[in-house]
Amino acid sequence: MHLVDNVLLNLVLATLIKFVGFVLVFVMGVATVLTWAERKYSAVLQNRVGPNRANIGNVRAGGLLHMLADPIKMLTKEDFIPNTPNPILFRIAPLLAFVPALLVFAVIPYGPGDNFQVSNTSLGILFIFAIGSLNVYGSVIGAWASNNKWSLIGGLRISAQMISYEVAIGLSLCGIFMIYGSVDLQDIARQQGSLILGFIPAWGIVLQPVAFILYMACAIAENKRAPFDVGEAEAELTAGWWTEYSAMGFAVFALSEFIEIILIGCVGTTLFLGGWTIPFLHGDAWWIVVLEVGGFLLKTLFLIWLQMTIRWTLPRFRYDQIMRLGWRIMLPIALLNLVVTGIVLTFIERA
Amino acid sequence: MAKVVNRMHPDFATQSYVVEAFKGVALVTRQFARNLFAKKDVVTVHYPEDRRAYTPRFRGKHRLMLRDDKSVRCVACMLCATACPANCITIVAKEIDDSTIEKAPVSFDIDLLKCIYCGFCEEACPCDAIRLDSGVHTLPSYTRRDQKAGVVNLLALGSASIASQGGENRAHSHEGTAHGRSSH
Repeated sequence: MHLVDNVLLNLVLATLIKFVGFVLVFVMGVATVLTWAERKYSAVLQNRVGPNRANIGNVRAGGLLHMLADPIKMLTKEDFIPNTPNPILFRIAPLLAFVPALLVFAVIPYGPGDNFQVSNTSLGILFIFAIGSLNVYGSVIGAWASNNKWSLIGGLRISAQMISYEVAIGLSLCGIFMIYGSVDLQDIARQQGSLILGFIPAWGIVLQPVAFILYMACAIAENKRAPFDVGEAEAELTAGWWTEYSAMGFAVFALSEFIEIILIGCVGTTLFLGGWTIPFLHGDAWWIVVLEVGGFLLKTLFLIWLQMTIRWTLPRFRYDQIMRLGWRIMLPIALLNLVVTGIVLTFIERA
Repeated sequence: MAKVVNRMHPDFATQSYVVEAFKGVALVTRQFARNLFAKKDVVTVHYPEDRRAYTPRFRGKHRLMLRDDKSVRCVACMLCATACPANCITIVAKEIDDSTIEKAPVSFDIDLLKCIYCGFCEEACPCDAIRLDSGVHTLPSYTRRDQKAGVVNLLALGSASIASQGGENRAHSHEGTAHGRSSH
C-alpha cells in the first residue's frame, strides 16, 4: 500500500514538474512574448514603430515592458458585461476557449522518452483533435451570450468555418498516420529520426509536402486568424465574436489565440518537421537530449514565425471564398493526397 | 458610355495561391529585414520628444503685440470682437489722454474653449495687435474646470509678445507708456 502511494506520488510529482516546465514556462512564456512580438513584428514590417511607450524610469526595452503593462491594464479596467440573458455563459466562455487550448499540450512530446511528454497516451493526435476542437465552443458561446448582432454573425461564421476545416485538417493528417502507422506522437516523432536512402531525413514535410501546406492552411483557419478571420472581420463586424469582451475576458480570449498558435507550431513540428529528432544525431548522452529539446523548441518557433508572417501578409478572404476553399478545394486535395499515399504505400509494401 | 473592364485571368499557379502566398511571405520578410537592419523606411515622428515645425500659417494660441515701448498695441476698437464668429472676445475699454489713440483696453479676454481659431480677429485688426502666430496649442486638461484658464487675459501674456513692426502710432508711444497697460 505504502509502495503504491509512493509510485502514485512520484507520478503526480513528475507530471507536475513536466507540466510546469513545458506548459507554464515555455508555452505561457512564449504566449506572453507573442503579445508583444506580434505587434512589434507587424509594425516593423509595415514601416511602423509599434509598441514602445511602456517604461520604467527611462528604460523602455524596445516596448518589451508592454508585456508587463498589458496585464496590469487588463486587470484594472472595467470588466463589462452586456445586457444579456446569459451572463454566466458570457463569463465562462473565455475559459471554454482557454482551458482546451492549454490541455492539449499534455500529449506533445518535446523530447525523447516519457520524461519529455506530460502524459504519454497512445491516443496522441486523436486527443489533440478531440480536445482542441472544443474551443470553438468558447467562441460560439461567447458570441451567443454577448446578445449582440455583430457577435452573433461572427459566431455563426466561425462555427461554420471551424467545422468545415476540422474535416480537411483531419484528412490532411491521415497520410501521416498511414506512413508512420501510428497516432502516438512520440512514436511518430521517433520514426522521423530515421533516414530515407541514407541521407534524406524522413520528416513528414518530405514525405507529405501537400499535407503540410493543407495542415498549415487549415490550422490557421481553425485558429480563426487572418486570412481566415471572418469571424472577427473588424471592417464589417466591429470585432466580431468578441465585440463585447473587455478587460481580462478579452485578454483570456486573446491569450488562448496565441496559445493555439504555439499549439499549431508544436503539432506541425511533431508531425512534419521531425519532432524533437535531429538528423544524423542519435544517442542518449545528456547534451544530445538538450540539443533535441532545444531543436524542438526552435522548430516550433519557426512555425510560429511562419504563421505570424502569413497573418500579416495575406488579406482576409471573403466568407464564401473560405467556405469554397474548405469544401471544394481543401477537402478534395486532402482526399486525393490520401489516395495517392495509399497507392504508393501499397506499391512499396509489394516491392 | 460603356467602359471596357480588363479582367485578369491569372494562370493556375497564381490562382492556387500557394506560390503567391510564399512570395508574399518572402516580400514581407525582406521588408522586415530591411527595416530592422538596413535603411529604415519608418517615417514616424516620436511626437512628444521630436516635434515637426508648424508652418508659418499655423494658427495657434493668440498673442497681443506690443509697441516699441512695451505698451500694448490694441486700441480697443472692438473690430475683432465684432468679427469673431464664436463671440469669444471680451474687451473692456478705457479712455486715455493720447488724442490719436483715444482708447486702450483695460482687459482683453479670449475664451479659448469657445475660440475656433479662424483668424478673423487677426484679419480685422487695423493695428496688428492680435495675432495667432504663437505656434502654441491651447493646453489640454482633464476637466472643464481646469480650462477656466481658457479665459485668458491676453494683456497678461503681453510680456511674451514682442512686436516686430512699428505702427502708425509709434510717435505717440511715450504717451502710451504713461497711460496704456503694459504688463511685466
